[in-house]
Amino acid sequence: MSFDVPDDRHYLASHEWVTTDEPTRIGISDFAQDELGDVVFVELPDEGDEISHDEAFGVVESIKAVSDLYAPISGEVVAVNEALHDQPELVNEDPYGDGWLLEVEPSDEAEFEELMDADEYEAQIA
Amino acid sequence: MATRRPPLYGVHEDRGAGFTDFGGWEMPVEFDSIRDEHAAVREAAGIFDVSHMGEIRVEGPDAETLMQRLTTNDVSAMGAGDAQYTSITDESGIIQDDTMIYKLPDGDYLFVPNAGHDQEAEQRWVDYRDEHGLDATVENETADWAMFAVQGPDAIGLTADAVDAVGAPLAEESDEIADLSRFTATDATVAGVDCLVARTGYTGEDGVEILCSTDDAETVWAAFDCQPCGLGARDTLRMEAGLLLSGEDFNPEENPRTPYEAGIGFTVDLDTEFVGRDALAAQNEAGIDETFTGLTLQERGVARHGYEITHDGETVGEVTSGTMSPTLGEAIALGYLPTELAEDGTEVGVVIRGEEKRAEVTTPPFIDQ
Repeated sequence: MSFDVPDDRHYLASHEWVTTDEPTRIGISDFAQDELGDVVFVELPDEGDEISHDEAFGVVESIKAVSDLYAPISGEVVAVNEALHDQPELVNEDPYGDGWLLEVEPSDEAEFEELMDADEYEAQIA
Repeated sequence: MATRRPPLYGVHEDRGAGFTDFGGWEMPVEFDSIRDEHAAVREAAGIFDVSHMGEIRVEGPDAETLMQRLTTNDVSAMGAGDAQYTSITDESGIIQDDTMIYKLPDGDYLFVPNAGHDQEAEQRWVDYRDEHGLDATVENETADWAMFAVQGPDAIGLTADAVDAVGAPLAEESDEIADLSRFTATDATVAGVDCLVARTGYTGEDGVEILCSTDDAETVWAAFDCQPCGLGARDTLRMEAGLLLSGEDFNPEENPRTPYEAGIGFTVDLDTEFVGRDALAAQNEAGIDETFTGLTLQERGVARHGYEITHDGETVGEVTSGTMSPTLGEAIALGYLPTELAEDGTEVGVVIRGEEKRAEVTTPPFIDQ
């Protein structure tokens, strides 16, 4: 099975992505949503909260598993995908699009350099 | 302990199944999506490979006595072809496992311990037999049998199509598998293979469970054209139906429970002689302090095994199973509560990652059956 790994974003080893262009959005990868199976619940921080690179910022639950979400980069949350409230399945259906989790204002651009690019991430999940 | 695999492991792998370890067995957890598999069983039909279930055969002159002494229900009431759900308890009345007993058409007993419990059950039966000088053979046939469950509103029709001919004891009355009563079993041939077909299940839907030789497993599996389902959907289906999972909803070490507490008092016949009878008679007389029941979450979140249940700020119980119900679209849970709180509509809390979420007591099943 092959998974979609778009090259307009960077990846954390724990399968979260962050876009490299603005708006800076965070989500989970196609591989991650497939591993989880049917997503039924997403717990996210509020607008204005701070998240920190490589630290847990929320939880995604599928029918079979509970999984922590880790922040690829540090920053202030400027938007939360409210659609996931009623439609958590968007994470499965469109993990890189409508299934995004947070929009952030990055506080340290240098952190992008510590993340994997699409090729490196693809190698990790191969 | 080495991991055991079902006979059709390779077939499921080729079909794209994901696997999980359950009771020491590497079993398919998901073929497509738990949600789709779950819906197929509620709306049409699905087939499950449940070959991780154990099979122990008991035969001989004292077979009935041995079965009677080690299980809580009345085995003497069973005729050939009957299936009986029952509990296996220790001297204190604590459930060691729950099981289905089949009285086979030839009069032997075959009982089905849960995954990973076959060896301890075999040992229990052998020890009791030897200690009491009973004349019975106890054979652990787990490795010889494949077991499939075909469940859902269309399951009986599909089974009728797949069955070539029915045998004893059903054949004495009917040649139609559809005439097989709930909780009975019959010999039948499916795609030319000798099987035992029982009208039993673990989903809250009508359907059958089919036992056949591991050598013929693929032929029988292929005879059913319906959604293959993994243990993930099996779990969500049985939770909606309020059915117990051995090891999760009761566990002799971590959560010792009697059949009365676990809501399966109907498996106990105090007029029979069995290990644990006196303790259960005493509890039946005194009444229970805690009982197995259900919860429906009133706030966003999913209650899972081990989460605390609170009432008026006090911890009053623990969730033993919980999920997002695919049928209802709401989070449901099972667990034990003090009997005085176990009334429909009682407001309680479930502590999810340190936060108390509102929940309401809802006597299972959560779905209409």
